[in-house]
Amino acid sequence: MFSTEQSCWFVRKVICWRAAASIAWAVLLLPPTTAVFVILSKFSLLHPIQTISECLSLLTSASTIFSFILLCGVILIIGFLNLEYYTVIPTIACSKIALLGQLLHPRQFVNSLVHCIMGMVVAWCCALTIGFRYETLGYQCTHPSDGHPQMCLNEYHLVFLLAGAFVGFSHSLLGVIHNMNYVSFQTVQQYKYLRFKGSLPLVVKCSAIQALYSVRNYIVVYFFLGYIPRAWICKTLNLHLNSSVHALDSITGLLDLSLLYHLWISATFLLFTWYMTLLLFRIFVTEVYSFPVQSSFTEDAHQCLPKVVTDKQPMILKFLALQDLALLSQHSPSRRSEVFSLSQPGGHPHNWNAISKECMSLLADLTQRLVAYHDTVATNGRAKSLSSGSERTSSETSVTSGTEDLMSPRPTLLMKTPASVFARSVIGGPQSPLTAPFTPDLDSPFASPALRRLTAPVEQCSPWHGTVQSPHIMRRVPKLWSTSTDSQVNGSPPPSPASVPSPKQEPSKPSFLTQFLQNKKEQVKNFLAKRVLIMYLFNKLPEASSQALFADSQAHIWALEGLSYLVQASFTEDQFGVVQTTLPRILNSMLVLQDAVDRHFKLPHASSKPIRSTSSITDSTYKTLRFALRATLKTAIYRITTTFGDHLNAVQIAAEHRKRLQQFLEYKE
Amino acid sequence: MCSLALFPPPLPSGQTTLCESNNELLSGINTEHRSKQDSGPLSLYFPRESLKLHSRTESSSKAAFLDHSETLWMRSAAAWRDGGFTGLLDEITNSHTEVPKWLSVSSGCILALLRWVSSFHGSLFPHLTLSSEDMIAEFSQLLNWSDCVVRAFAWHPHTDKFAVALMDDSIKIYNPKSATTPTLKHRLQRSVAAVQWKPLCASALAVACQNCLLVWHVDPCSLSTRPSSGCAQVLSHPGHSPVTSIAWSPSGSLLVSASPMDTAIMVWDVAAESCIALQRVGGGGVTFLSWSPDGSHILASTPAALFRVWETRMWTCERWPCVKGRCQSGCWSPDGSRLLFSVQGETVIYALTFTDSPAGLPRGSSTGPHAAAVVADLSETTFNTLDGDIIVGGEIQSLAWDPRGERLAALLKGDPLAADRPAIIAVFKTRATPIFELLPCGFVQGEPGAEPRLMQFHPNFRQGALLTVCWSNGRITHVPFYFLSAGIPSLGVSGSPSLPRPQERPVDFANQSLFTELIS
Repeated sequence: MFSTEQSCWFVRKVICWRAAASIAWAVLLLPPTTAVFVILSKFSLLHPIQTISECLSLLTSASTIFSFILLCGVILIIGFLNLEYYTVIPTIACSKIALLGQLLHPRQFVNSLVHCIMGMVVAWCCALTIGFRYETLGYQCTHPSDGHPQMCLNEYHLVFLLAGAFVGFSHSLLGVIHNMNYVSFQTVQQYKYLRFKGSLPLVVKCSAIQALYSVRNYIVVYFFLGYIPRAWICKTLNLHLNSSVHALDSITGLLDLSLLYHLWISATFLLFTWYMTLLLFRIFVTEVYSFPVQSSFTEDAHQCLPKVVTDKQPMILKFLALQDLALLSQHSPSRRSEVFSLSQPGGHPHNWNAISKECMSLLADLTQRLVAYHDTVATNGRAKSLSSGSERTSSETSVTSGTEDLMSPRPTLLMKTPASVFARSVIGGPQSPLTAPFTPDLDSPFASPALRRLTAPVEQCSPWHGTVQSPHIMRRVPKLWSTSTDSQVNGSPPPSPASVPSPKQEPSKPSFLTQFLQNKKEQVKNFLAKRVLIMYLFNKLPEASSQALFADSQAHIWALEGLSYLVQASFTEDQFGVVQTTLPRILNSMLVLQDAVDRHFKLPHASSKPIRSTSSITDSTYKTLRFALRATLKTAIYRITTTFGDHLNAVQIAAEHRKRLQQFLEYKE
Repeated sequence: MCSLALFPPPLPSGQTTLCESNNELLSGINTEHRSKQDSGPLSLYFPRESLKLHSRTESSSKAAFLDHSETLWMRSAAAWRDGGFTGLLDEITNSHTEVPKWLSVSSGCILALLRWVSSFHGSLFPHLTLSSEDMIAEFSQLLNWSDCVVRAFAWHPHTDKFAVALMDDSIKIYNPKSATTPTLKHRLQRSVAAVQWKPLCASALAVACQNCLLVWHVDPCSLSTRPSSGCAQVLSHPGHSPVTSIAWSPSGSLLVSASPMDTAIMVWDVAAESCIALQRVGGGGVTFLSWSPDGSHILASTPAALFRVWETRMWTCERWPCVKGRCQSGCWSPDGSRLLFSVQGETVIYALTFTDSPAGLPRGSSTGPHAAAVVADLSETTFNTLDGDIIVGGEIQSLAWDPRGERLAALLKGDPLAADRPAIIAVFKTRATPIFELLPCGFVQGEPGAEPRLMQFHPNFRQGALLTVCWSNGRITHVPFYFLSAGIPSLGVSGSPSLPRPQERPVDFANQSLFTELIS
């Protein structure tokens, strides 16, 4: 209860104001953008002076001001959507079907709908501004046969409106696919103005290119399906089609260069204003917030860094607190001294204890997650080898089936699961803390797969429908794939009822029945695996599970940096030796994590180098977080070992860790 | 102010500088000490003849193929891919027999216009017209880069290993504790301008190449002598080549790179292979970068008479216009509070003192001084030696300050055409308290006929300072300076140069502006 109150405090006092400021700046930047748009849309090479005078008169006209007010409203709504939908932990779809689930999620549907309408509004404003033949939906024409006047449909206007809707819709879809709502934090702190100035050319370039692709797609769609909305509009508004002009869903109608140019420039304008709003929002919301380390007033204690760091919700608060921790540990000796200070009555290092405990729990959490992930891969192999029959079948089918020569379906399905479940838990809202998917309780991973089978159908329906799950169930999900329910996820009935009657089976002595079931299941799975569509939908997207595993690693990176810099500074600054007491535990958690990370990168699917990302407005930082984490972890350990040197030999740590530490001391890692 | 006239005269021909001991430079006859010097595993010799240099005609393999059978569309597409917009225009203009006349004429006009504009741009910044090799040679810290056998050299910041980039575009890594010397070769590793090891890491080595940056990950435990090119990360950004200077942050998290063609400094997050461009207009490019050892500032010099000092908290910069030429070289004191730099066309060393903003204040900028002060005058001085008069002095090619801040080495250009004006390394003793001053130490000379090309101090030499010099004949020698530190040894236990030591900063920085008047 208290924590929600706190989060309200931060969101209310900081995030909302930051969002409001970003929207205000976006609105302020709208007039120059609109002016540039007007000039570009009206420009004619032959009459430059006429163009300028036209533009000036247009910019001061009432209709422009009205459409300008409309555009401001659009920006407001888009900015509000940004605030509503942003996330600091990306949602990574691990298979096509999960992506589809994301796209069809009701929340996403609302988003797409709003974008669609907003796109239409912007396109209407554009059509109004450009004027000329685009201005109105209907116009007076004469009936071809009897010659009396009637209202005809202006198809150009319709094309514009639909183009706006299409671009808005595709913007929202691409936003889901590319995780455009993900807000990443910069490695380099810059002032907001400089950051905005630096990324402005990129925004212009991206919006122009994206507009080009969107318009191309739109034209293809309109060419084939354009008659449907046209007929519908004609029917509803009782408009007629002028048979003397060409219909636009024809080759000649669409190959109108002026129309294409106006469509493109309008789409660019639309996307530019939206991207700019998004960019400003990102810049404002990721700005460093300096939390006080300790406060002299108890009522402000909940706003202090040691308290805020431990909060689970909202995530943005935790991230900003960790970022602040990493920065203060690097740059600010006076704030570091507050961290190392002792409490006045009692003399306890509460600040340091709280901060170091939270950082270490973050690291332990990641270690746990990596180990669990690694274990699922390993136990999966073992579970398979338990029954010789199924092994034989699988080896047979792997020879026969053509679709699975690249990757066998078993690991693919397996890898998809933890990640997609994890991703879901991220969207899950306030109920899912950072540590949700893999709680550190170590109930034995091998305990009674049969029992898990019972819970299987409950879970299987969930991952793509957004129901909130308890961490315990989620933790077990990866194991499920190993034993029973590969095919249940496909919705095929036979195995799921069949697996229920065998709840008390021990996996170590498989009976005939279980063997039979195993074989059946293999057969069904292989049957399904050969269906191309199903394989396409359920195949793991490359790298996605690894990305999902490290989706929130920015927090771990800051925790590592903060801890290591604080430990380094403690060598000279820590007067009371508060860090010394926790140094063995810190080293331990880092070395354990190093082990887990090493093992993770040795997995066959884990690529060792980041894929090259083209620079675009979509932030793909989350794709490389695991590499950043690996580098930061190693640097953090080196930072401690170089600072303390041979003194570390006096630190109490386990033998195998000492060996590893010795490697670091000799610079052999 | 210190000047060369106070220096002990250069050694007679045939003698080489061996080391500094008891406050004086010891020298020896070349041959008899050679064997002793060479006993160390780290003294190397790369004769020019031993390197297999490839004839460099691979810049365009177009001439070897007959490509005229392709259609105009194919050729245009290829030209667009290879040469961009100008290439496309060039192709259209050249094939005027196949395209309509108006198209070829108009593209010819656009091309001429573009060339005129770019020539105007080039007249503003003459260095833009250089070829990339010439550009590296022009802005490199090495003396006469294109003729150097050793193109770059870098000590590892924590251990006794170093990397040497050779003229044949290979990099060798020497480690006295290991028998293997890995040789790094990569398709893109051409015209290496600089190498640097990542701090707080055992394996990563950044290489500034002609077209890109490479970051090698050389496993120190590996026995392989030819790590595959898969061990290298390729970092490139359009328009950011050739890379002439790189610098790792002392905390090992970021890498900055500079190119004279690009007005932006790239700040790389190497693990993620992403970069942030820090763009500032003016200067026409960035030639040399130097990160202060405490990580708070970066010196970035431009081809114009202007350099910038960035602070790394909020990444803002101060502009420092020079009077005469561009800033050729610079080095930071170990605590990052003082910057020494030299300017092209001048024979003096300047000093800038930075005082940090009071600790804990959120504003990131530091309050700098208003003008640089001259701390040493290296104008030409004639020494009478047994072999006749030798003129020493002139412009400074590069500066190096040892990690304890006790010895400063300046590589003087000399005149390659005149025999009595050799390139030479002048070494100063530096003292920070009570006032900052440079005291003469002596000249470092090599074998007769060998001129110093490149020098670097060992990052953690326990007994004093160790200057590594690469000579024009392909030899790499190490000159130790044995001394006791004036202050308390300020390094960390294992000699990390990156420890923040704010409390050791001398307290009298406030009245530092007086020191030039006191000395001169």
